[in-house]
Amino acid sequence: MSNESSADSDFDFSELHGLFFDEAAEHLDAMEALLLGIDVSTADDEQLNAIFRAAHSIKGGAATFGFTDITELTHQMETVFDRVRKGQMPLSTALVDVFLASGDTLKSMLLALKGDSPGVPEADVTALCTRLRAFLEPVTAESKTQAAAPAPAAKHVLELEFGPFDKTFTAASVDGVVADLKDFGSVEEIGAASASTKTGRGKASGGKRRITERRFLIQTEVSASDLSDAIAFMADPERVKVSNVQDHAASGAMKDSVKAVEPESPGSQNEQGFGLFVDAATLPASQPVAAGTAGSSKVIEMKNAAKPAAAHAAGDAGSIRVSVEKVDQLINLVGELVITQAMLAQTASKADPVLYESLFNGLATIERNTRDLQEAAMSIRMMPMSVAFSRFPRVVRDVAAKLGKEVDLVTAGEGTELDKGLIERIVDPLTHLVRNSLDHGLEPPDERVAKGKVRKGTVTLRAYHQGGAIVIDVADDGRGLNREKILAKAKERGMTVSDGMSDGEVWQLIFEAGFSTADVVTDVSGRGVGMDVVRRNIQEMGGRVEIESTDGVGTRISIKLPLTLAILDGMSVRVGKEVFILPLTCVVESLQPAAGAVRTIAGCGCVIAVRGDYLPVISLAEAFGMHGKADRPEQGILVILESEGKKSAILVDELVGQHQVVIKSMEANYRKVAGISGATIMGDGRVAMIVDIAHIVGLANSRIEMAA
Amino acid sequence: MSHAVQAGPSSARLSLSAPREGASIPQEYLTFRLGAEEYGIDILKVQEIRGWEQPTMIANAPAFIKGVINLRGTIVPIVDMRIKFNLGEAEYNTFTVVIILNVSNRVVGMVVDSVSDVVMLSTEQIKPAPEFSAGVDASYINGIGTAGERMLIMMDIEQLMQSPQMGLTNPDAAVH
Repeated sequence: MSNESSADSDFDFSELHGLFFDEAAEHLDAMEALLLGIDVSTADDEQLNAIFRAAHSIKGGAATFGFTDITELTHQMETVFDRVRKGQMPLSTALVDVFLASGDTLKSMLLALKGDSPGVPEADVTALCTRLRAFLEPVTAESKTQAAAPAPAAKHVLELEFGPFDKTFTAASVDGVVADLKDFGSVEEIGAASASTKTGRGKASGGKRRITERRFLIQTEVSASDLSDAIAFMADPERVKVSNVQDHAASGAMKDSVKAVEPESPGSQNEQGFGLFVDAATLPASQPVAAGTAGSSKVIEMKNAAKPAAAHAAGDAGSIRVSVEKVDQLINLVGELVITQAMLAQTASKADPVLYESLFNGLATIERNTRDLQEAAMSIRMMPMSVAFSRFPRVVRDVAAKLGKEVDLVTAGEGTELDKGLIERIVDPLTHLVRNSLDHGLEPPDERVAKGKVRKGTVTLRAYHQGGAIVIDVADDGRGLNREKILAKAKERGMTVSDGMSDGEVWQLIFEAGFSTADVVTDVSGRGVGMDVVRRNIQEMGGRVEIESTDGVGTRISIKLPLTLAILDGMSVRVGKEVFILPLTCVVESLQPAAGAVRTIAGCGCVIAVRGDYLPVISLAEAFGMHGKADRPEQGILVILESEGKKSAILVDELVGQHQVVIKSMEANYRKVAGISGATIMGDGRVAMIVDIAHIVGLANSRIEMAA
Repeated sequence: MSHAVQAGPSSARLSLSAPREGASIPQEYLTFRLGAEEYGIDILKVQEIRGWEQPTMIANAPAFIKGVINLRGTIVPIVDMRIKFNLGEAEYNTFTVVIILNVSNRVVGMVVDSVSDVVMLSTEQIKPAPEFSAGVDASYINGIGTAGERMLIMMDIEQLMQSPQMGLTNPDAAVH
């Protein structure tokens, strides 16, 4: 990155850049959400201000780091929105569109700066700026007079205190910030403190007096916290203090307030350790705040106010950024602890509970604590579904506009929590399903009316818990899947289908690669690529997809996902001396077959009739080339498994129990093993293999096909 | 790769353990027995030595891969070199020793008859191996080491464990 080339400076900007990128992305997301949620006719001041602040904060940050193109674009956005905010210009849908487009461009620009993507053509940026400026033209003359006039209704008098200063944030750089603040109201400098660095604690500057602090009074309409938000990006929040001197102050009272804040002893300046922080500009060390600086004034911690999230939900306040690796390491360690605890408990269970009562009490406490600890550690990785859902209003809006359809998007269960890794990976499949619903599912408005439906279609996104899994539904009230059309298409493509297939099996056909029943390939979908990718992506996450559809009423696609990637609900079964884990999501039922219930086909393949279906039977011992105790099916237990819409029964010696197991990779130190998807460590410290159900079910089915 | 460090005169002066000018710095090797043969491997590749514990069988694995064990939360495959090289009796009791190796960021356990000791050998003490055909590809043998009366087969354990014939890595995995 070219912006990091300040090699002569002894100061690493890359960390600050990262911070800026993160925060700018947050601001952009917040802005987009606000823009999408805004009602053009009844937008309230709070929303408008929030959008303005987001644009302004990005601008400030970009300006600090010299990203001029971002600054330019955000500046235009800010100018336009300032008009809207002040009621000098009406908010229009066209304006919202331009703002959304600008947001997208800003995102790409940020990505380009991070080096994640190719740059944004300058023409795009210029075009957007021109579009934004176009909104300004009619009112420019009027606004000039507005700007010249003094701030009409200064409700607050706020005191700003900048300092201490250092290499990156100098006394002179305050001027730039103050110039920007003129947008908010009248600004007046009320004093500067200086100190000679005689103590020798920091880098002495030869007894020269240097400015350590500058104070301003600002008369403005905005509140102290709003101003804090606005300044957050222009200057290090640690170095700016905003205090509310007086509400409803007439300008005459300003002189008094100056007096009120002036008496500040030099001693308190020394306490702030000037000079000590010369090289530690970005250290997050909490700056000692001189107590009682401005009498009874309210001191606002800029650090908290700077986070836009904090303004929206108080619950998010005080969050910290931690790298995912650290969290994963923590979760791994907790996993080890749980295993060790289980081992201890097992060992101790042999001891006499009467003799070792206190030991048993201790172990019980450890068990409870480790469980709580594990839950707490896992919850760190959990994020609400709203993170994934938040982008869909935009997707639906864009796609519906392109297709000329009228659509309501309903989301439910945004609070449902899911592993961060899964949330990131579910977005693409979900987007695909939503686009499909819009394109193929929902009818055009006129057709809907003709069918006696409401003109506006509805797409519903819903997340909820079911058993140990998360279910995400994508439902529409459109035309539903057409059984005949799918079957015809499948036959045309030479797939093995029959008219007697169940609906569920027919719907699964749409997940085959290259399968599309759309008569017209549109820009949005219909190319037949995608549904197979959707299914594969979801299967890779350990989930599965189910479809329900009624002709003319609608379609519902349900994605079932495990709660996390790292933990699996498993059923443990014994085969010979070994214990295997079967993922519980695939287990349908288990049964003890009667003698003779399992029949052979052509002498080699075995089948069993379960509730009218003939299911292939395979012995797990045989599949893994080992010796099981149950030679004949009636001696063991049959577990019915389902994977990719196919069922089969596997023969095991006995069922052991149900566990939550921590998934460990076999490939870290070994290789991929056919039929094994991973390994885990059981309570006794032994390793148990996790069976790859898709492989085993496929194996069982292929045997029957070979025999037939 | 476990090449012995070829030290020049300047570095020899810096090293206190250098026996004389021009000689290489001796390296430490762990020696172990397989049947009647004695092998030496670079000690820096050895993570620890453990007693035998029954591993969990891996489906359809070759006979010399005994399975995997839980080594403090890590899943570690165990290979029995006695079966692989067809040397000694593959007996498993409380005296059976597993050398845990750490080669190219992978952890592998290796069952041997017994671990003898650690010897210091300089490059002069390691002679190139003669041409021979054996159970093990000669390219994984660095040479023959001499420690007193003993003859040590110096094995390049890192290369061997990564080789296709051990089957410990995915066949198509790029060798790092």
